Amino acid sequence: MTPEALVAPAAFSATRRRVRDGARFCALVASQQGGLREDGSAECGVQLLAICSKDGTLAVEEHAVPASERRYPSLTPDIPAAAWYERRVRDLFGVEPLGHPRPDPLVLPLAPGAVAPLGPGGDPQEALSVHAGPLPPHVHGEGVFTIPYGPVRSGVFEAVEYVVETSGEDVPHLRTRIFYKHRGVDSHFAGMAFDDGVLLAEREEGPASVAHALAFSHAVERLTGIAVPFPSELVRVVHAELERVANHLDSMIRHTEAAGQAVAYAVLSHHKERVQRLRARLCGSRFGRGVVVPGGVSRGLALAPAEVLHEVAVLSHEIDEDASRLMDTPSFVDRLRGTGVLSPDDARRFAVVGPVGRASGQHEDVRTSRPYGAYERLGHRIAHRYDRGDALCRQRVRIDEIAGAFHLVRQAVDLLDGLDEPDDWRVGVPAGSGRALGWAESPQGELLSIVEADHGRLTQVTQRSAGFHNLAAYSAAFPKDVFTDIAFIEASFGLSIAGAAG
Amino acid sequence: MPWIPRGLRHGIVTSPYPRRADGYGPGFFARVEVGPVAGDDPEAISAAVRACPTGAIALRGEADRKSAPVGWPARVKVDRGRCILCGRCVALAPGTFRADPGFETGAFSRSALIVPPKEADEADAELAKARAQLARRVRALRRSVHVRHVDAGSDGSEEWEVAALTNPVYDVQRLGVFFTASPKHADVLLVTGAGSAGMEKPLRHTYDVMPEPKVVIAVGTDAVSGGMLGESYATRGGVASFVPVDVYVPGSPPSPFGILHGILAAVGILGAGGGGGAGASRPARRSPK
Repeated sequence: MTPEALVAPAAFSATRRRVRDGARFCALVASQQGGLREDGSAECGVQLLAICSKDGTLAVEEHAVPASERRYPSLTPDIPAAAWYERRVRDLFGVEPLGHPRPDPLVLPLAPGAVAPLGPGGDPQEALSVHAGPLPPHVHGEGVFTIPYGPVRSGVFEAVEYVVETSGEDVPHLRTRIFYKHRGVDSHFAGMAFDDGVLLAEREEGPASVAHALAFSHAVERLTGIAVPFPSELVRVVHAELERVANHLDSMIRHTEAAGQAVAYAVLSHHKERVQRLRARLCGSRFGRGVVVPGGVSRGLALAPAEVLHEVAVLSHEIDEDASRLMDTPSFVDRLRGTGVLSPDDARRFAVVGPVGRASGQHEDVRTSRPYGAYERLGHRIAHRYDRGDALCRQRVRIDEIAGAFHLVRQAVDLLDGLDEPDDWRVGVPAGSGRALGWAESPQGELLSIVEADHGRLTQVTQRSAGFHNLAAYSAAFPKDVFTDIAFIEASFGLSIAGAAG
Repeated sequence: MPWIPRGLRHGIVTSPYPRRADGYGPGFFARVEVGPVAGDDPEAISAAVRACPTGAIALRGEADRKSAPVGWPARVKVDRGRCILCGRCVALAPGTFRADPGFETGAFSRSALIVPPKEADEADAELAKARAQLARRVRALRRSVHVRHVDAGSDGSEEWEVAALTNPVYDVQRLGVFFTASPKHADVLLVTGAGSAGMEKPLRHTYDVMPEPKVVIAVGTDAVSGGMLGESYATRGGVASFVPVDVYVPGSPPSPFGILHGILAAVGILGAGGGGGAGASRPARRSPK
């Protein structure tokens, strides 16, 4: 009998079965729950929530861990994609996943004996210090040594450390340490009104501000049972798709920088600047902040439809030309082909989402698999299917998605042009109670928002970014590569560390 | 070479700033201005105070009101270092709060971001002192400035705006500003983020190994005050508790022009904006080619 079976044989049995039967593991999140024992005394514990997706529906399974127990049988031996989630829950809520193959600290390495800040007995307000030592070596052999690369690296990057084990050139193993910039954003939602919550959600992950606001608003709208006016849904599409274009351009720019393609770098970063300026002209913020709010949008598009269409036509034409040219530049393409291969098997094992998944045979896009807002009524370009899983495939996916995003923007603006301006761009949000899930396809992939509220006040929110979900698979893309490939693999994953570290 | 004509297609896209004004820079809601005449009823102002998501607006006590400089409304003060520019106060009490366009929001002291200042003369003197000290330190840097960026818990948007400075529109190399790989070659430390616990040691170490003279710029409202995160188990309410900050550039995130202005002001090429006490801009020198 395994040790897991001794603890609680029923923990997450349905989730394990669903994943075995082909469901995609989406998330494992935790919240602290106060409750009463049968004798009336107070007992707090941690509520775990496992989320899977299959055929366009999400299945949620709960498991309560009482404060006296603080452990449960790990999901990771059955579901490798759960590995990082369980480490995060362990760090923040102090709940031990029994049987986890590598229960190292991930987002918050604490001193021995320190109480996890969000679990029973923890205090989210009390300043904690981070205690991280060097990692034990993973690879053994003659001449193998470890290079800690980060968290302060050359260039303008977010803080992250790659622990590279190498014998000089090849990278047989790389580990990612994200705790340096853990900000505890989720812990600040408790007690907030919905309207403040959406501002905080935008700050989970700056480059995906609109997607976070969308996923959060979708959850609140589901919780309170309200429907968003159709014109507002169209405005949301415009902002979300321009955000996608900006992010995909950013990934391409980082590739050109790493490859030393100076002209391509200048041309593409000029395009990105123009996209950011267009976004600012539409709403006043270069990151689309303050637009998406629960119940709709705070305002319509600040530019006339004809002007938006003109800008989009020029941008999409020029970006398309330059992207094609880039993909015809052998000195560029050679750096990407065969680099950082994430095999379809690994992509499936880690349930990878977004452009990274779509380059490795995981084709789901929640804009079409679980359509939200106006996406159901817009035409989507048929996505070319890739499964070679190298940096070149990921680049091709992004170039396709830029064209697809502009296509959606054009349709949304055309439709808006034919509609009367609504009296209110947003409907009132009643004070709801309960729990609801919201989602959006962020530029980095599926984004989940798990919102709990009590009479219109948030009690617990988890914004599960695609970056956190995908970064667990990052090291699987390395074994065949050399040191100089790291920049390309990082750029081609295009993940935000802010979203991953939380 | 097919790329060369592509690079020439748009002609010169580079901004004339700071030699001449750039029309794009001031087009943003960059800071909340208070007054000059308070025309709102007290209820509207209280509503604005309650609606502020970061507690950046405070009602002033009786004693404070008496000391308010002439011309400023006596009832409220705004900490621009906490403001995330959501615009709620402007919508709720437009007679008291105004969305001020611009980008030159950097200030030489934390208190210069709070408006109205408690005592105008005192604040000016303090600011002048801070500026003079900084100017003495950076005298040698004006023609070539090497910048090192460190993220201490940002949401990632500040990195985009800092990185934008190297695109052909802002092209900071033309001004003698260069991003450098090693802190040992850096004159200026650009710090973003709310001050995450995990970055305390790496950030301090980076600062320590920089040669003198060195300048620290806190980029973004998160770096200035912690923004919406403030202080918690994971963040320390900005980066000033880790390293001594010379210039504060609020904004969520600040625009690339705002960051560029902060750098140029820090090394004495331009005067800072900020809350009152902004010096007149001196004409910028071009870097020697």
